[in-house]
Amino acid sequence: MNAVADWFRTLYETTGINLTIFYDAYDFQRYAAGIGMTLFLSVASIVASVVIGAAGAAAQGSGSALVRQSVQAFVVVFRNTPPLVQIFFFYFGVGAVIPGIETSYGTREPLLGNVAWAVISLSLFAGAFNVEIFRSGIEAVPRTTLEAAEALGYTRLGAYRHIVLPLAVRVCLPALNNNLINLLKTTTLAYAIAVPETLYAAKQIWSESQNVLEMMLLLLATYMVLVGVFAGLMHQWERQMRIPGYHR
Amino acid sequence: MSGDSVVAPKLAAPIVQLIDVRKTFGAVPVLNGISFDVAKGEVVCIIGPSGSGKSTLIRCINALLPVTSGTIRVADIEVGDPRLDKLALRRKVGMVFQQYNLFPHRTALQNVMMAPLHVLKQDRIEVEARARALLAKVQLAGKEDTYPGELSGGQQQRVAIARSLAMRPEVMLFDEVTAALDPETVKEVLVTIHELADEGMTCLLVTHEMGFAREVADHIYFTDKGVIVEHGPPQEFFTAARDERTRRFLSQVL
Ligand SMILES: Nc1ncnc2c1ncn2[C@@H]1O[C@H](COP(=O)(O)OP(=O)(O)OP(=O)(O)O)[C@@H](O)[C@H]1O
Ligand SMILES: [Mg+2]
Repeated sequence: MNAVADWFRTLYETTGINLTIFYDAYDFQRYAAGIGMTLFLSVASIVASVVIGAAGAAAQGSGSALVRQSVQAFVVVFRNTPPLVQIFFFYFGVGAVIPGIETSYGTREPLLGNVAWAVISLSLFAGAFNVEIFRSGIEAVPRTTLEAAEALGYTRLGAYRHIVLPLAVRVCLPALNNNLINLLKTTTLAYAIAVPETLYAAKQIWSESQNVLEMMLLLLATYMVLVGVFAGLMHQWERQMRIPGYHR
Repeated sequence: MSGDSVVAPKLAAPIVQLIDVRKTFGAVPVLNGISFDVAKGEVVCIIGPSGSGKSTLIRCINALLPVTSGTIRVADIEVGDPRLDKLALRRKVGMVFQQYNLFPHRTALQNVMMAPLHVLKQDRIEVEARARALLAKVQLAGKEDTYPGELSGGQQQRVAIARSLAMRPEVMLFDEVTAALDPETVKEVLVTIHELADEGMTCLLVTHEMGFAREVADHIYFTDKGVIVEHGPPQEFFTAARDERTRRFLSQVL
């Protein structure tokens, strides 16, 4: 580790290329924590947005027009507005209205911090897209396939569980993957409400060390690796789910 | 109109009974009073021009469609009953579709096993043994682990037949099950149906295969515009049709 640090310090002294995170323990720790926060935001909002998408798509098949229209309204609002505005809306708008909690020092603290609001708004943003993606997957299952299940005695729920959902998931995986990759990249917007994720950490480092270009390049490389790994995993899953002979 | 008076009274109680069945889609009448009986073990063929309501009729029998009026009975089940136990009906009635409608994400063997496992909650080991036997019966031994998309149309249709038989139905409905097949593969599916009929399975077939109908059917019904125009045993039906519409239809398809 010391050899690496020495090498980067020498690099700086001889060429002026200043990658502090590789020789300065404090910067390294800040940047690593930033990546950790990015991963946390991504995983939490991916899971929550998939749950929102599945629940929303199921609700869209509901018999109640009120339920269907509510889901549709949710989708329209979150799809047709910029995600940064949504984050500000939740953090500065909703967050200010929600009453805080009393701390032991007698001061008031907000109920939810910036990280929680970032997860909530990112999940709702991506969840709105997931609702549409899952719905298109369910709609792609031919009515006749469902009818065959019915003729075999399946209940509606049984047919959904054993036939419609397994087929729908396969149909919508490519679109789902795209949306989740976008979500991973959109977590950088949490920067705007001072969530210490990767971009935020990089910005702190470059404003102290005046190495904007180096940190920018490092930032791009970091996201390329993160997205690359995630996309690779998702593609592997897609391949595993592929049905032999289907959609030739 | 229904021509029921021509039917010789049947000895056994019918396993399928239709009495003045009518069906309209919105304002469009599709079935205009269909009545007939099918005895246990009987093979009945329904023929008629496109749009005459054959599929609609078949789909009413296992309650995929509700009838507008009239009565359908299958064994002791009243199909039009608002408290109809659909599962009980569908255990008795198997159905095979023109487009096979296999579950593409499951292998041939799994397709045959699914309903007994999920719907009837039967024991997996017994279900699997029976599914393998059924695939062998439809000449598909060796294709157990193949996915529907990797099978020919004729093979898929035989899997679909095995899948229906796995529920041990008492009546089988076939809706133009060879219409989507290549001429070479039609025969293998017809052979399978013929074997079933020979074993005493009650069959209701909608078909355009006149040669097959003549060979396998005990009784033939000719429908047009939602009514039974003429019916009779195949020998009589194909050689001595009385109605002008029947004769015109037969001259086109024979
Ligand atoms: N779900 C539906 N809604 C409205 N009309 C329908 C519906 N299903 C069938 N029809 C109409 O009912 C009529 C009979 O259709 P059906 O499919 O029963 O005919 P068919 O005798 O099976 O014809 P084919 O030989 O072409 O399969 C047709 O005019 C069709 O357009
Ligand atoms: Mg038809």
